[in-house]
Parts: sequence; structure tokens; C-alpha cells
Amino acid sequence: MKFFHLVLANLGRHKRRTLLTIASVALALFLFASLQTVVTTLERASQFGGARRLVMTNASGFILPLPLSYANRLSAGKGITNVTWANWFGGKYGDNKAFFAQFAVDAKSYLEMYPELVVPEDQKQAFLQERSAALIGVRLLDRFGWRVGQNVTLQGTIFPGDWTFTIRGVYTPSDAVINDDMMLFHHEYLEERIGRPGIAGWYIIEVDDADNAAATAKTLDDQFRNSSAPTKTGTEQAFNASFATMWGNVSLLMGTIGLAVVFAILLVTANAMMMSARERTGEVAVLKTIGFSDGTLFSLVMVEAGFIALTGALIGLGGAKLLYRLSNFNAGGFLPGFDVTTRTLVIGTGIALLLMLASGLVPALRAARLPVVQALRRVE
Amino acid sequence: MALVQIRDVHKVFRRDSERIEIFTGLSLDIEEGSFTALMGPSGSGKSTLLNLLAGLDQPTSGTIRVAGAEVSAMTPGQLAAWRAQHIGFVFQHLNLLPVLTAYQNVELPLLLTTLSKKDRDERVRIALGVVGLGDRLKHYPRQLSGGQEQRVAVARAIVADPTLVLLDEPTGQLDAKSSQEVLSLLQQLNEEFKKTIIVVTHDARAADRAKTVLHLEKGILVERQTLALS
Repeated sequence: MKFFHLVLANLGRHKRRTLLTIASVALALFLFASLQTVVTTLERASQFGGARRLVMTNASGFILPLPLSYANRLSAGKGITNVTWANWFGGKYGDNKAFFAQFAVDAKSYLEMYPELVVPEDQKQAFLQERSAALIGVRLLDRFGWRVGQNVTLQGTIFPGDWTFTIRGVYTPSDAVINDDMMLFHHEYLEERIGRPGIAGWYIIEVDDADNAAATAKTLDDQFRNSSAPTKTGTEQAFNASFATMWGNVSLLMGTIGLAVVFAILLVTANAMMMSARERTGEVAVLKTIGFSDGTLFSLVMVEAGFIALTGALIGLGGAKLLYRLSNFNAGGFLPGFDVTTRTLVIGTGIALLLMLASGLVPALRAARLPVVQALRRVE
Repeated sequence: MALVQIRDVHKVFRRDSERIEIFTGLSLDIEEGSFTALMGPSGSGKSTLLNLLAGLDQPTSGTIRVAGAEVSAMTPGQLAAWRAQHIGFVFQHLNLLPVLTAYQNVELPLLLTTLSKKDRDERVRIALGVVGLGDRLKHYPRQLSGGQEQRVAVARAIVADPTLVLLDEPTGQLDAKSSQEVLSLLQQLNEEFKKTIIVVTHDARAADRAKTVLHLEKGILVERQTLALS
């Protein structure tokens, strides 16, 4: 500890260079944490899904609807305990055309299907009883300054026109993977406004036993195979995973380029740290003359490298953790909220320690092994 | 018994295939409490001898004893610990760490001891007081004159109360006035504080302050003068 002021003094020798080196490490690790978080978030999104929930879409494509009449046939199916349905609405809000996810849902069955959406009982009842009511995620309250009882008007894109809803409830997800910035409203309201075409975007089907999910899915698809709208049914997890796969190649590309950038920055950082140590050959010789041992000098250089690497890690990894937590970034509602996982923090810290070794080891060994007489001759 | 005993020391350097013999059987005694000037032309082995005495370099053969300890037989680790305890060294230049204040530079040798912070503080202040820089504790080397820098280096060399104070051309880069200040300081350390001092110098004025002058030529001790000081 009594040598720590020596470490600090050396770090303060070229303040700008030290700060830039720390900033490089911080940036590299911030990038690493961000990229890793994209990957972990996609993984998390793809892994979400109730074990007993199936999702049925149109076999020709997710964007094509299914007949609403399938609902009764599905409900009558063997081993099926609940059926609900939803439609993507795609409205925009306000002059800024703000975007967030809105779904027209069969309200009662939908809330039964998703107990993860926690709503106060009085608000739930108010929502269920009013056709133009909306249930919003808690984040939308902060984002738009909305309040319960307020009327909000969206501009429809898929379903044109102004759509006015009354906010009757606010849900809080009990599982962080579920977005907290969605808006749900009655499918019946949508049907009524667009002339009752009798369509549903997709169905969510609950089965009594998770072990029967695959068999049930096949049975249902067989049932509608020769109809006007053949279906494609799979587990909710597989459905969510298919969205994640859409991001898959992007994330691979980002990961590859990003990691190359991280590696390049780390090399530059290591070089700066080694250069800084090389400049002090004469001083190392003086310290050896005074009686500083090889081990002490080795430790001093390593502590210096460690200080830079770990301070950079603290700023980069801590910054990423704080930024994503405070901003609640969720890719416009397409992904669960970004959160830098503990595993990412541990790996990032490991990279910082590796950087400490990579950048500190060579100059530390050189300092420890430096022959004083040769060093002084070189400096003179 | 002499404080420093050098016996049949040989020192050979190799530069590529060339073999350069610096000492070929040098033997020499230096008494405790002496003030010795090592003089001689460039390449005579003055600085090499100083490095050998400080344990910064090892003789090719022969023995060097300082205060009874055989320096020439020590491992690098033992030498580092020995230097911390027994040697104070002043170079011609590049003595001070530019990022540390005068106080912190002088404190360096004491960081290697078990002294408490309070004791270290007391010793640093005394050492800087002795060299007349008690009011420059917080000054960085860049804020000091060349002579003041050398005096801080002397303070650092004596702060741990070493057995031997070794100086390699301490006035080589100083003006006349600063040189006199440093030389007076060395004389004071020798006479008042009984420090054993060995100084390598080309400067006749520096030699005049010493009690003994050793002349080296091509690694051989060619003359030993004992001076009567006024």
C-alpha cells in the first residue's frame, strides 16, 4: 500500500495519455457488453414461452390472417384448455408518429392466457367491460405522460383512420422478457370498426399437458390442412425463436465486426501501456540502485496496468449496465428490455484482466530483469 | 579492518567478439569514515569500480567485501536488499523521478524499510534539512535548479543512513557555484556525520575536498594520495 502513490504518480505522468488509454479500454468493453447483450437478449427472447402454450399462424405467412371462425373449432379440440387470439395493429401516436407495439386481443381469454401480465383487479374489470378500453404497459405511462382514464388517439397504418381508446388499466409484467410498453385493446373493437371481416392475426392455444403440445400442434395443422387458410402451429417458444432468428444474421455480423473493433482497440491500448513503461527504463534503473527488488518492480508495473484495465472495465461495463437499465432500451418493443447479464460482466472483467496481463506482463518482466548498468548506459 | 576490501578483482566485458579487460587483479582498501575521490581518464574503470562496490555489477573474479559482507558472492535478490540497507548512490544526472516531489524522492529508500510513516517523515525532513532544502519538500525536480536536484539526490542517498555513499560525477553537469555547494555538502557529511564517501570525478575541485585521491589508469591503481585538509 505504501507504494501506491508511486503507481498513481506514474499514471499521472501523462494524464492525457492515461485518460485516453482508460477511455479506449472503457469503449472496447462497452462495445463488448453491448454486443454480448444483443446476443443474450435474443437468446432470452427466443427462450420465452409457456410450456403449454402453442401459437398458430397462417401457413402461408405470419402476416396473413386466419379466420376468426377457427376459434370455436380450436376450443373444442381434445386437450385444449384455453384459446385466445390477437392482431397486430401498427398504429402511431401523436405528431411525432411515435411507434410502440399495439395488439387487438380477445381481452378476457388473453389475460387468462397470460397471467404474466399483472393488472390490478379493478382496472382489469374496467378494461374488460368497455369496448374501446385499452390496457397499457407501465412504461408507456412514463413515455407519453399518460394516465388511467385518459383518451388517446392513434393513427392506424394497417387499419387506416383515427382510433381513440380510453386507458382503463396498466399492466406490469411479472417476467422481464415480456415488454412493458405494449398496448392491448379489444379485438371486438377492431372487428367492429373494419366491418367485421372475421379475422385473427394468430391464435394462442393452451394445452392441458406440455408433453402433448407437439402432438396437438400436428393434429390441429392436419385439421386445417385442406381449408382455405391452412395453419402452422408450434410451441410459443419456437414462435418467439423464429423472430429471434430474423435478427440472427444481423447479430452475427455485428458480433464479428464488433469483436474485431474490440480486439483492435485492445491492441492499441496494450501498445500504449507498453510504450509508457518503456519510457521509464532510466527510472527503473534508479529504483533498482536504491534497492527496489525485481519482484517489487514487477508488481508496480502490473498494478499500474491493472489500474488502467480495471478502471476502464468499471467505466465500460458499468456504463453499459447503467445505460441499458436506465434507458430501458428494447429495440422499439421488438425485444425484451436490454440488460447486461452478470455473465457478461464476469466475461468483460475477465477480458480486462487478460488485457492487464497482455499489456503489463512484458514491461513488468522487462523492468524486473533490467540490468542496471546496461540500462544506465543506454539512457546516457 | 578496512570498510571496503577489494581483492584481486578482474572485470571483463564482451562486446560482440571483442574482449575488454577493465580490471586485471585490482586490490584496494578503503577505510571507514574516509572521503575518497576516484580519478582517472575515461575508460580507466572508475565508474565500473563504483558499480561493483554498489553491487550493480559483479566482478568476473575476485572478491569485494563491504563491512564484512561479500558483495561479489550475493545473488541479485540479496544484492537488492543489501543495497537498500548499505548503499546510497548519486548519479551524474537522471537521479530523481520527475513525477515525485523532493520529499517523495527522498522517501523512496525508506519505503523498503519497516519504518512507520511518522518515522519516515521525520527522517526525510532531517535529510532534506541537512542538504539545505527543508523548504523545498513539495517541489518537483523540474522546479529545482541542477544543484538543488543533486542535493536532493544526496539527501536520498543518506536518508537510510547507509554504510557507503557512492557518487558518480555528481558535479559533472553543474555550474561552478552549484558544484561548490554540492562538494561542501559532501565534505560536511563526511566530517560532521562521519559518512564514508567515494566519489568518481574528473573535477580537480572535487578531488581537493577528498581526504584520499585514487588515480586509476586502464584499471590499475597508479597513485594513492592522502591529502591534509586545511
